[in-house]
Amino acid sequence: MPKSLTPPLRKLKDEIEGHAKEFGLDFFDTRFEVVSYDELNMVAAYGGFPTRYPHWRWGMEYEQLSKGYEYGLSKIYELVINNDPCYAYLLESNSDVDQKLVMAHVYGHCDFFKNNFSFRHTNRRMIDDMANHATRVRRWVDKIGVEKVEDFIDRTLSLENLIDQHAPHIRRNPDPRRAEDEMKSNERVEGFKVDREYMRGFINPSEFLDSQRKRVEDEKQKAKKFPERPQRDVLQFLLENAPLEPWEADILAIIRDEAYYFAPQGQTKIMNEGWASYWHSTIMTRRALKDDEVIDYADRHSGTMGTRPGSLNPYKLGIELWRDIEDRWNKGRFGKEWDECDDLRARRSWDKKLGQGREKIFEVRKHYNDITFIDTFLTAEFALEQKLFVYGFNDKRNSWEILDREFRKVKNKLLQQLTNFGQPIIEVVDGNHENRGELLMAHKHDGQDLKSDYARETLRNVQSLWRRPACIITRYDNKGVLLRFDGQNHTEKKIDL
Amino acid sequence: MSLRIHQDHSRFKQIVRGKIKSNLRKYVQKGEMIGKKGKDTISIPIPFIDIPHFKYGHKEQGGVGQGDGEVGQQLSPGAVQPGDGHQAGQGEGDHNLEVDVTLDELAQILGEELRLPNIERRQNEKIVTQKIRYTGVNTTGPESLRHFKRTYKQALRRQIAMGTYDASRPIIIPTREDRRYRSYKLQELPETNAVIIYMMDVSGSMGDEQKEIVRIESFWLDTWLRHQYKGLEARYIIHDAVAREVDRDTFFHTRESGGTMISSAYKLCRDIIKADYPKSAWNIYPFHFSDGDNWSADDTRQCIEMLREDILPGVNQFAYGQVESPYGSGQFIKDLREAVGDATNVALSEIADKDAIYPSIKDFLGKGR
Repeated sequence: MPKSLTPPLRKLKDEIEGHAKEFGLDFFDTRFEVVSYDELNMVAAYGGFPTRYPHWRWGMEYEQLSKGYEYGLSKIYELVINNDPCYAYLLESNSDVDQKLVMAHVYGHCDFFKNNFSFRHTNRRMIDDMANHATRVRRWVDKIGVEKVEDFIDRTLSLENLIDQHAPHIRRNPDPRRAEDEMKSNERVEGFKVDREYMRGFINPSEFLDSQRKRVEDEKQKAKKFPERPQRDVLQFLLENAPLEPWEADILAIIRDEAYYFAPQGQTKIMNEGWASYWHSTIMTRRALKDDEVIDYADRHSGTMGTRPGSLNPYKLGIELWRDIEDRWNKGRFGKEWDECDDLRARRSWDKKLGQGREKIFEVRKHYNDITFIDTFLTAEFALEQKLFVYGFNDKRNSWEILDREFRKVKNKLLQQLTNFGQPIIEVVDGNHENRGELLMAHKHDGQDLKSDYARETLRNVQSLWRRPACIITRYDNKGVLLRFDGQNHTEKKIDL
Repeated sequence: MSLRIHQDHSRFKQIVRGKIKSNLRKYVQKGEMIGKKGKDTISIPIPFIDIPHFKYGHKEQGGVGQGDGEVGQQLSPGAVQPGDGHQAGQGEGDHNLEVDVTLDELAQILGEELRLPNIERRQNEKIVTQKIRYTGVNTTGPESLRHFKRTYKQALRRQIAMGTYDASRPIIIPTREDRRYRSYKLQELPETNAVIIYMMDVSGSMGDEQKEIVRIESFWLDTWLRHQYKGLEARYIIHDAVAREVDRDTFFHTRESGGTMISSAYKLCRDIIKADYPKSAWNIYPFHFSDGDNWSADDTRQCIEMLREDILPGVNQFAYGQVESPYGSGQFIKDLREAVGDATNVALSEIADKDAIYPSIKDFLGKGR
């Protein structure tokens, strides 16, 4: 079981915390727990929350983490939970220098959690809520049976990314029910009031009545078209409109809650890891490092910052960007004058000795997420210096290759990767498709096709919640396609977009 | 220490097991598993335990990378990481889950799925090995077996009893009398031994496909029998017109041409049993595979005679698998069926193609002998 800090670790913690505060980091109270490797793998498998609801996929994560460790492929160094107080884990077998590095890194994260705008609406008592979720799930398991509950969770998890990723925070209040509209549209068409029965044919000629009926019918249709606007939060839509049993709705709500809780971490991965790395390196090299620890520290630090050509290390990209921003604002390399200067020599020696770097990065860590961060601060010089490139798959050679080093393309690709979490944007467009109660979703195609076997399987899960046929409009090879699953069969229809 | 994750972990393993079970027929037919065999475990790729999402195919997506290289330069395999890790703590991507399953567990799954009975051992507890078991604590013994905890406990007990223990300065010094040692007993463990004698026709009519079938089938037979017996031995005989004993590798990769004299193999099999595996101590399993073509009716008669007289009385089960080949007449199995088909310890199976391996395993192992 997790242990609290030993006196020597407590001393280290106080020291590092002091440095962090001195540098102006601002964080919730931070609690460290000391765990063994097995325990760390477990906690990581649960996404940081050892009290999470029971499910086999944590077991799968655990298997993979433990295997990765056994084979020496990976080792988890730090694990922090966005909560008030913040919780973080220390590996009991780590050396002092590792512990200091992890602590310094953790304070960076905690500061980020507390101050970055994306986290403002996250649940800071998530530890408690996760435990409550687990209790609720267990209760349903006792009542409904483990097989049914697990099966439902599996299907729901398949949809967990169908939330409004960039919504500022989770919306809880459902739109008012449509009962009233329903009442209104059920009025019968009588035409004008008729006092004398023989006049009826003249006052309300049948063409007129027919047209009136048609109008009401049309309105009814329109009213039935819901949602009125496409809805990005598919989970919310299902929660409000799918014929779910109470236990199903409860579990769906839990999955949705947790998805929203984790969303900001996905949206700020580069900033957040970069920020924590910036601070561990600053605190360690300026304050905490003893002479005999330098080699070990450098080894660990460079291990974290290592890059491989075909992937982007958020730690590395992040820390370099933060340093670049700090440097530019220290030297005044921004603004109109800088942008318009095309004298290479002048640019190289440009230093206005503004010294605003530190202040700037603190401000940036508050108001940006990865997309706006990259969009605003990734410069052509930086991309060149960091040797960024776009890669893609070459079908003819059956291999990955470097496609382009042009700045615009690199930046666009990066932004595209970050938009919506690097996931397809999917909306509910019609909950009464074809007037048959079918669910119609649309994939906002941005040049990348959906992985088709996964799309079918997922559609199957949507259908099972909606209990009527589920469809999605997407594109394959630039042609519009409507995928439909009716509970038995998958069909595919070409459509014009 | 028991971690909470163990519940979820074992649930995961249970699901994996179910997946393996439901795909077993496919795995049995495919030879690829044999290549992934480690010492005690085998890696099995599990399809679709990834929870499906609406997502991009990574190949469509590409991404941004970092490092040296010209445009157009290939990235080394493995350099590209699917999913790019933008999702905190979640391994999204095209990874196919590979699970390590012990051969023992695989055998269990095979047994459950094919409803194989456990083998009735003919020879039981004849061979005995000795094993050391540490059973207690003694006051004498070699220093290498000193029991530190018990020693110090004893010393503490003595010091407290003598009133020399000072709680503010808790130093405990064991004396000679305090020392405790682990004591052991030699335990006799009965072990049952078994041998498989594989025989295969490698004459010209047995093509690569036929041999592949034998290879796959023998993998499963091995796995099952190894699960039933500790200390399983295997011997390999190949034959065309003459028979010789070879190692496993040669067994599966030799191709000869020429005629077929099955009796030569049976003769060698008989001799091997006689020389090395007294039936009083061994469970014996001869497996013979051929395409059913024999040199002459006379040779077949010899085979049957040898089976009746020498082989069948001493073995748990004699199994003959006839692999269909375009050249073979397939006569041999008919002759066997007629002559010894009624014997309880004979299993005959016709294997038309890879699809037939699965039922054929049941033919061979279904009797529980």
